[in-house]
Amino acid sequence: MNQQHDKQRKAVALISGGLDSMLAVKVIQEQGIHVEGINFFTGFCVEGHTHAVRKKHKDKQKRNNALWVAEQLGIKLHIVDVVDEYKDILLNPVHGYGKNVNPCLDCKTFMVKKAVEWLKEHDFDFIITGEVVGQRPMSQRRETMPIVEKESGGDDLLVRPLSAQQLPPTLPEREGWLDREKLYDFSGRTRKPQMALAAQFGFKDYAQPAGGCCMLTDENYAVKLQDMWANRPSREYELDDIIMLKMGRHFRLAPHLKVIIGREEGENHFMQGYKSQFVSIFPTSHPGALCLVDGVFKTDKERQQALALVARYSQGKNSPQVTLSIRQKDGTEQEYTITPMAADAIKKEWLI
Amino acid sequence: MSNAKTAHQLDARRLLCPLPVIRTQDAIAQLQDGELLTVTSTDPGAKMDIPSWCRINGHEVIEIKEQDYEIIITIQINTQN
Repeated sequence: MNQQHDKQRKAVALISGGLDSMLAVKVIQEQGIHVEGINFFTGFCVEGHTHAVRKKHKDKQKRNNALWVAEQLGIKLHIVDVVDEYKDILLNPVHGYGKNVNPCLDCKTFMVKKAVEWLKEHDFDFIITGEVVGQRPMSQRRETMPIVEKESGGDDLLVRPLSAQQLPPTLPEREGWLDREKLYDFSGRTRKPQMALAAQFGFKDYAQPAGGCCMLTDENYAVKLQDMWANRPSREYELDDIIMLKMGRHFRLAPHLKVIIGREEGENHFMQGYKSQFVSIFPTSHPGALCLVDGVFKTDKERQQALALVARYSQGKNSPQVTLSIRQKDGTEQEYTITPMAADAIKKEWLI
Repeated sequence: MSNAKTAHQLDARRLLCPLPVIRTQDAIAQLQDGELLTVTSTDPGAKMDIPSWCRINGHEVIEIKEQDYEIIITIQINTQN
């Protein structure tokens, strides 16, 4: 065991903010190991964004779960911005996508690889994750776990404390830094063993992420992302692009034209910050939503459609006419007066 | 010898969780013990997350102010932990 050695062993834990990584850290802390957490920001861990922006979610907890978990465990947390590096993982996954646009196996491998780099830079001894054999259909299968170990370079420095007894002994176990008997043998999709262990540790409050906090596993989000890719010359993206996919209602009026209409005050306020990046439309005769125009109006008809649609989502939707302003990126504005679009004139195929 | 603490500013407006924390973390990594950093954010989550990050990393939150849609947090750096 660790106490038999002079050197204080140190582990870096991948912290998602969910229960499994929380338990994995606690199990290792119980063996006298110093643990610090690492959390990777890919740009798609965006659940908190909508809660933060949308007023109707004002009662939802606006905490970052990874930070909260770290604080409960009394460990440091290092949050690493990997947005740019992650683009290649999402755009070119060696092992393909899951049900939506989630490259889970490549993603897990990437994160463990980054943790290996961090471990070497900071003189830590091994890596822990909250993975459980058979828990997830893509990245947490018995057959895929060795792939993550090999392709990440984590090899036998990668310890999964919750399933360790189901897996070959790792270096920390063979060296006696960890007592294998005090690790666990969880497997499968059931959450009962984790919940029982949480109760044993006295954890009463923990996040219950389904599929993690990754938007790439969300079907609605995936549809918007695929629409964006399908209608641009390249699949390359920027952080603002992927955040904007979470904001507002998205209407694809033409391959070269999408309009994003804010759903409520919080979103409208957030979208105001993008007025120098997008042409925007807003009603001036009535209160109403802000609209960002992603693309260009190639015809007057397209401009009229967009104006009528934005008028439809204003408080003047039942008025004979609504006046709106189209604001260019440089701040110049032009007003138009138009009849709001009738509800049955909104084509289903427009809504992404 | 002056007791004045160097005050730095970080504009984290329009960034959403966890970017205000990441920018704060990266800015603090460049600062010296005792210096002050004032972070301005428009993400309501920053009000919980930045103090949480400071607690687990041993830095002290001196003040949290809110005006309009902005949250302004002043942090004193502690590199002795």
